[in-house]
Amino acid sequence: MNLILFTFIVLLGFTSYYFGRKKAYTIQSTKKRLTALPQFYGYYLAIWCAIPAFIIFSLWAIFEPSIVKLLILSDYSNQGYLDDELNLIYEKTKALSRGQFTGEITPFIEASAEKYLSLRSIAQSSKVVIVLSAIIASVAYAYKRISSNSRTREPVEKFLNAVLFTASLAAILTTVGIVFSLIFQTIDFFKVIPLFDFVFGTHWYPAKAFVRDSSEALDPTMYSDTFGAVPIFAGTFFIAFIAMCVAIPIGLMSGIYLAEYASIKVRQYAKPLIEILAGIPTVVYGFFAALTVGPFLKELGTSMGLEVSAESALAAGGVMGIMIIPFISSLSDDVITSVPQSLRDGSYAMGATKSETIKRVIFPAALPGIVGSILLGVSRAIGETMIVVMASGLAANLTLNPLESTSTITAQIVVILIGDQAFGDPKTQAAFALGMSLFLVTLCLNIVALRVVKRYREKYE
Amino acid sequence: MNKNKEQLLNKRYKAEQRFRLYGQSAIFMALLFLTIFIFKIFSTGYSAFQKTWLIVPVNFDAELMMLDENPTKQDIEDADYYEIALQSMWNLDPNANEDQQNQLKRMVSYFFEREIKQELLKDTNLLGKTKEVYLTASDDLDQVFKGNYPRDLPEDQRRVSDYQLKIFDQLVANGKVESKFNISFFTNADSREAELAGIASSFMGSIFSILVCLMIAFPVAVLAAIYLEEFAPKNRFTDFIEVNINNLAAVPSIVFGLLGLGVLLAIFQLPRSTPLVGGITLSLMTLPTIIIAARASLKAVPPSIREAALAMGASRMQTTMHHTVPLSMPGTLSGTIIGLAQALGETAPLILIGMVAFVNTIPGSPMDPAASLPVQIYIWAESAERGFVEKVSACIMVLLGFLIIMNLFAQIIRHKFEKKWS
Repeated sequence: MNLILFTFIVLLGFTSYYFGRKKAYTIQSTKKRLTALPQFYGYYLAIWCAIPAFIIFSLWAIFEPSIVKLLILSDYSNQGYLDDELNLIYEKTKALSRGQFTGEITPFIEASAEKYLSLRSIAQSSKVVIVLSAIIASVAYAYKRISSNSRTREPVEKFLNAVLFTASLAAILTTVGIVFSLIFQTIDFFKVIPLFDFVFGTHWYPAKAFVRDSSEALDPTMYSDTFGAVPIFAGTFFIAFIAMCVAIPIGLMSGIYLAEYASIKVRQYAKPLIEILAGIPTVVYGFFAALTVGPFLKELGTSMGLEVSAESALAAGGVMGIMIIPFISSLSDDVITSVPQSLRDGSYAMGATKSETIKRVIFPAALPGIVGSILLGVSRAIGETMIVVMASGLAANLTLNPLESTSTITAQIVVILIGDQAFGDPKTQAAFALGMSLFLVTLCLNIVALRVVKRYREKYE
Repeated sequence: MNKNKEQLLNKRYKAEQRFRLYGQSAIFMALLFLTIFIFKIFSTGYSAFQKTWLIVPVNFDAELMMLDENPTKQDIEDADYYEIALQSMWNLDPNANEDQQNQLKRMVSYFFEREIKQELLKDTNLLGKTKEVYLTASDDLDQVFKGNYPRDLPEDQRRVSDYQLKIFDQLVANGKVESKFNISFFTNADSREAELAGIASSFMGSIFSILVCLMIAFPVAVLAAIYLEEFAPKNRFTDFIEVNINNLAAVPSIVFGLLGLGVLLAIFQLPRSTPLVGGITLSLMTLPTIIIAARASLKAVPPSIREAALAMGASRMQTTMHHTVPLSMPGTLSGTIIGLAQALGETAPLILIGMVAFVNTIPGSPMDPAASLPVQIYIWAESAERGFVEKVSACIMVLLGFLIIMNLFAQIIRHKFEKKWS
C-alpha cells in the first residue's frame, strides 16, 4: 500500500517536472526572456511536490502508532490496569491483527484487534487523501506562481544545498546514535553496580547475574564481585600486546623493505599481496585460529611438556597480529616514502650505508608517523571481535600466561548479547558498559593517532 | 690502523646485509602466512563441493504405501513413504537385528523419505516396481568416504559403528556409493544435519543486507562528500563533521552492532534478525569509507574543469552536478564497492542484532529473518560435527570468491573509466 502510494507520488513528481518545463517553453515561445533554464521550472515544481509529501509522511510515521495506541487503550482506561499490562494488551492486539498471535484469545482482545484493523485502515486511507490533496494543492499553487520573471534556479539550488548539508549530518548523527545507545544503558548499569567495583573488581562472572527470578526485587548486594572488569581489560590489552608483538616487527620491516629496498617489480607484486591479508574477513581468521593454530600450539606444547590451552591467548593474539601486519606495513611504507629525499642524500653523502641511513636518519624522521600507524594498529587489535570470540576463551581469567585462555571486552559483549536479551537486566547493561569503555579507549587512541599522523604530514608537505 | 678500518667497514657491510635480510624475511613471513592460510582453507574446503550418495534399490510397494489400486497423482503425493524407505534400507542386510536396522537407517540423511518420494513423482510408472535410488549419505559416512574421518579410532569414540562401516564397505565394493557435485550446498538453507546444510539462506541474507546497505550508504555518502568537498564553508562546524567521519572510520565494528541493538531494535522496534536491520547497521559502518573515497575522487578532478564551467556562466551547483560529480564517479564507485566488500565480510555487528538465528528457510525479502555468509561461517564453526568443518571452509571459499570479484570489479572501474589528468 505504502509502496504504491510512494510510486504514485514519484510519478506525480515527474509529471510536475514535465508541466513546469512545458510552461517554461510556452513562456519562451512568447519571446519573453526566462530567468532560468526551462529544466529549473520543472525541478521547482517537482520540489513543491516532494516537500509536502515528505512532511506528511514523516508526521504520519511519528504520530500514527501512538494515536492508534491511545485510541485502542482508551477502552481499557477505567479498568485499573497498570502501564505494563496495558502495553502487553496492545502488543497482543497487534499480534492478533497480524494473525501471529499464539495463546488464549479473549473477546476483549479480539474486539480490540478488530478496532485496531479498522483504525489502521482509516489512518491509511486518510493518509492517501491528505497526501494527494496536499501535493495537488501545492503543485497547483506553484504552477500558477511561476512566470517569466519568477526566480526558480535559486530556490532549487538552495533546496539542493540543504539536501547536501543534511546528508553530511549523517556522520554526526551516527556518532550521536552510538553515544546515545551506549550511555543510557551504561548509566543504568552503574546505578546497580558501583563504578569502583566495575573498574577495580577482579571477578567477572556475568552468568551469575542470570540466575535470578524475574519476580525477585533487584538486590545490588547479590551482584557484588560479579562485574569486576579488571580481568577483561587485562585480557584485552594482553591479547592486543601479543598481536602487536607479531605485527610490529613483521609489519614495520616489510614497510621499510618495500619503501627502501624493494625493486619496482617486487613492490608491485608484494604490496597488493600483503594487503590481501587486510581484506580477509575477520571471521575467517577466527576459524583459522580456532581450528588450526590453537590445536597446533596445543600439540606443540604437549610435545615440549607444556600445558597449553586449546584456546590460548597466544593463538588468538598471534593470528590477530597477522591480520594487523598489512595496516602497519602499508601505513609505515607511506610514511617512509614521504620522508624527503634530501635527508637520504645527505646521509649517503656522509658515507653511511643504506641500513645506517634508515636506522639513524629516516626512522627518527618518520617516527611520529610510524607511532601513529602502530596506535591505529593497537586500536584495531582492541576492537577486533571475531578472532577472540572464536579462538580465545570465554571465561575471564586474570593471567599473564600466554598459554592460558583469557577473554576480552569484545568477546564478552558477544557472549552476553548473543541470543535473546532482556533490556533492563544488569547483565545486558554490562555489555553496553563494556561497549562504552571500548568506544572511549579506541576513540582516544584514534584521536591521538590521527593527530600524530596529521602533524607529521604537515611537517613535510 | 688500516686493518682496523677494514674490519669496521666489513662489520658495517655485514650489518647492512643483515638488515636487508630482516626486511626480506618479514615480507617472506607475511606472504608465508597468506599461503598457509589459503592452502589450509582450500585443502579442507574443496571436498565439500562433492557429496556422497548411496545407491539403494527401493521397492515402490503400493501396499506398504497405503495406496489403493489406480491411485491418482494426488494420492501418490499424499502416500506414506516412510515404510518403503525403511524397508529399502533394511534390505541392505536382511539378517540385521533391531539395533542394526536402526543403524542402517542412520546411514542416510533423514531426508531419505523425501528423496524416494521425488523419484516416484518423477515417474509414477515405477509404482510396484523396484528401482535404484540415490540417497544422501549421512555426513559421517560422507566424511569417511572422503577420507576425512579417522577409521582407526576405537569404536566408542566414533560416530560411525563398525557395523555401519562393514555395510558401507560392501556398498563401496559393489560400486553402490557415488560422489557427485554437491548442488544442494548452494540450493539448501541451513540445517542441523551437515549433509543437508547449504548456504542459500545465508547467501540471500548477505545479498539483501548489502543491497539495503548500498541503497542507504551510497546516496547519503555521495551527497555528504559533495557538500564537504564543494560547498562547505571553512568553519568549525565543517571541521567537526570531518573529525566525526575520520573517527567513525576507526570505531570498532562491534560498537555499530551495539548501536543497531540499542537504537534500531530497542527504540525504532525494527524486526530482529532481518537483513533490513543488518543492512542499516552496515550502512552506518560503510558510510565513512565511501565518504572518504568520494571526497578523494572529487578532489582529484582538476580545478580547471570547474573554472571552465564557471566561466561559461554555469552556477556552482550546475558546475558540480554536471561536470565535477560525473568525472569523479569512477573513483567513487570503486570506493563504494570496496566499502561494500568490507561490509560483506563483517560479522560481529550482525551477531548482535540477532542475525545468528537458526534459519532453515530461504528469505524472500529483507524483512525475513536470515543469516549472512560470514555469520554462517561462525555458526558452522561453532558446531561440533565434523561434517561442518569442510562446510565452513567451502563457505569461506564462496565468501572469498565474492570479495575477490568485487575487488577486481573495483579495480576495473578505476582503471577503465577514471580519467588521468596530467
